[in-house]
Amino acid sequence: MMRIPLLLAALVLQPPPGQSEFVPVNELPPAERLQAAPFLIGAYAFVWIAVMFYLWTIWRRLDKVEADIDALARKAPPR
Amino acid sequence: MRKAFGPLLLVVAIMFVVAPFLIANAPYESTMGLIQKIFYYHVPSWFAMYLAIAVCGVASAVYLFKGTPIADAYATAGAEVAVVFGLCGLVTGPLWGRVAWGVWWQWDVRLTTALLLELIFIAYLMVRKFGGPGAEKLAAATALFGTATAPFVYKSVDIWRTVHPNTNVIPTLKPSMGGPFAFSSLAFLLLCTLLLTARVHLAKRQMTVDEMYLAYEDQS
Repeated sequence: MMRIPLLLAALVLQPPPGQSEFVPVNELPPAERLQAAPFLIGAYAFVWIAVMFYLWTIWRRLDKVEADIDALARKAPPR
Repeated sequence: MRKAFGPLLLVVAIMFVVAPFLIANAPYESTMGLIQKIFYYHVPSWFAMYLAIAVCGVASAVYLFKGTPIADAYATAGAEVAVVFGLCGLVTGPLWGRVAWGVWWQWDVRLTTALLLELIFIAYLMVRKFGGPGAEKLAAATALFGTATAPFVYKSVDIWRTVHPNTNVIPTLKPSMGGPFAFSSLAFLLLCTLLLTARVHLAKRQMTVDEMYLAYEDQS
């Protein structure tokens, strides 16, 4: 009776069966194929695009504000 | 600070040209392989967000209690830049998770609180844009709550059980990984400073327009 838990534990703790064949990644169905490079490049590209877009919005807003300042300065010259 | 903008821009540009080479030469992590290299942009994005939040929080407290207009300019800049870097972190994280964990998103404590932090600062910007008169003070109070939330987001991985790596990963990095990481982090913090400087300049010019409008109305 005492051996049953030990046998069960030994069964559970057995290592998984060894790999019987190597499959090239390009032979996997597309759904199972997940290469890291597009995700890595995508992540880096996103950061760059987000920062550049934000800088561009600052630039655009600054242009508008400078135009407003010029327009107001023309409308109301200093007394 | 305006005089430092040009040299700072040059330094940041050089650092962001050099960083990919250092990252490419860093060794692959044993279990995640290539995808772990997102780490060199993902974590510094959050560091930059925390810096922007700190600026926003301190400036909001000054504006709330002293009413200094320039503090409000810094708070707005901090909130906007925090949202930009938070978005970078929230996009790069799922791209990493999809390969490392097999899922885009997990509603675990780190990811959820990070999303909430981003939403708080989006709320700050929306309050400012659509809140009408007095919205600046209301937004400043929102920023204080957001700033108080940030340390919990950072420490959440150490307090609760989560799929996300904990904060111990960074101090235990081997020099071959720690060097590129430190370089990348510095580049992001300088980029954050650069964006804050540009945004504060814009806010100051907007204040000039407001003053000129008031002066023009007084005249007419």
